Amino acid sequence: MNRRQLMLRAMALGLIPSLTGCDYEDPQHPDLADKFLHAMSAWNDRVQAALFDPHTLAPTFRPDQITRPPRFNAFYDISQAPVVDETTYKLELGGQITDKTPWSLTQLRALPQQEQITRLVCVEGWRVIGQWGGVRLSDFLHRVGADTKCRYVSFQCADGYYSSIDMESALHPQTILALTFLGAPLTPAFGAPVRLRIPTKLGFKNPKNLVQLAVTNIYPGGYWEDQGYNWFSGS
Amino acid sequence: MRGTKKQAIHPLVLRVTHWLNAFAIVMMIGSGWQIYNASPLFNFTFPGTITIGQWLGAAIAWHLAMMWLLVANGLIYFVWTGASGHWRKLAPPGPRAIWADMKLALSFRLKHDTGAYNAVQRLLYCGVLLAGVVVVLSGLAIWKPVQLWPLSDLLGGYIVSRYVHFFAMAAIVAFLAVHLMLVALVPKVLPPMVTGGRQ
Repeated sequence: MNRRQLMLRAMALGLIPSLTGCDYEDPQHPDLADKFLHAMSAWNDRVQAALFDPHTLAPTFRPDQITRPPRFNAFYDISQAPVVDETTYKLELGGQITDKTPWSLTQLRALPQQEQITRLVCVEGWRVIGQWGGVRLSDFLHRVGADTKCRYVSFQCADGYYSSIDMESALHPQTILALTFLGAPLTPAFGAPVRLRIPTKLGFKNPKNLVQLAVTNIYPGGYWEDQGYNWFSGS
Repeated sequence: MRGTKKQAIHPLVLRVTHWLNAFAIVMMIGSGWQIYNASPLFNFTFPGTITIGQWLGAAIAWHLAMMWLLVANGLIYFVWTGASGHWRKLAPPGPRAIWADMKLALSFRLKHDTGAYNAVQRLLYCGVLLAGVVVVLSGLAIWKPVQLWPLSDLLGGYIVSRYVHFFAMAAIVAFLAVHLMLVALVPKVLPPMVTGGRQ
């Protein structure tokens, strides 16, 4: 083998990963590369948890910086956004919570509200700035008697989407159960009746159209997380 | 021949970090191109045949796994370069030396002294090391714009950081093109980077 062939082979080495099937293609049947990526993702979860400072606030913006028109994003078309009957709506509570009485929208609106103009960074790389208002999640968790020593808060959505966050991020002062967007009640496409708004995490960690919230020590995963997106996905 | 023990052209640390870096940088660029494609900054995307990770989730997983190899290996290289005195071989040349060697290089008369770097090489190596530092810092700013907000602010915010990251990548790719072309033109430089070589 001459040197030129050797060099071509060395360059071809770099192409091998794209030719093999090591790509989170089939989460049910992980290959060696998938296991390596899983282990590194778990390591990155721990690094991000260590890096997370509960006192560091996400940047806030002026009203004139808000992205208009707002950008819809989901794993389906905007016409498929789930429409929840707000008159009969109840947010179900589960897991390590003392008072699991479901909450109606009227009850949630009666709680102290917080407004924020923050940036939503999508895992794809783009970002938008929006205005959200609602109940601070830490207030809500304390009010219902959640065990805040548990590790996870999980969310189920009306469209089958689900996600979960670490307790430290859940207790962050900018993490809210949002009821309004751009000064008006949420519309179905933007998460009606209730969505999680957490500006210290990527967009897909902000589940919309919430139907259930639970506190648990059992890793709940998430719709995208179970397919390979990093679970912590802090910003 | 002064001594019985001949000195390696490329010391072991240099060779190991070089090839680990070559692997890490190919993985980072390939997966980075796939991530770019999810939300392109310019009016083009990278063809799927030259990206790593068949969808965004896989590409991000590779990118955030290999970044540890790139950074850890890079730190070992920088510490070794400083401690061993290797930096003297790399120290940026003056503009006059660059001009003289550039003229020689462009007329294909620049001599390749084994184990010593001419002014053009020094310029290219210092340039790509700088691009490497910038690509890592801008990458961290994109990954953690909230927790590492001072870094994000320093680089001009989230959106500007993405452009900085892209252009630092482009600089590294341009270096690689020149680097590989020169190896192809002077193939005798390749074996010492594997074996160490003796002079």
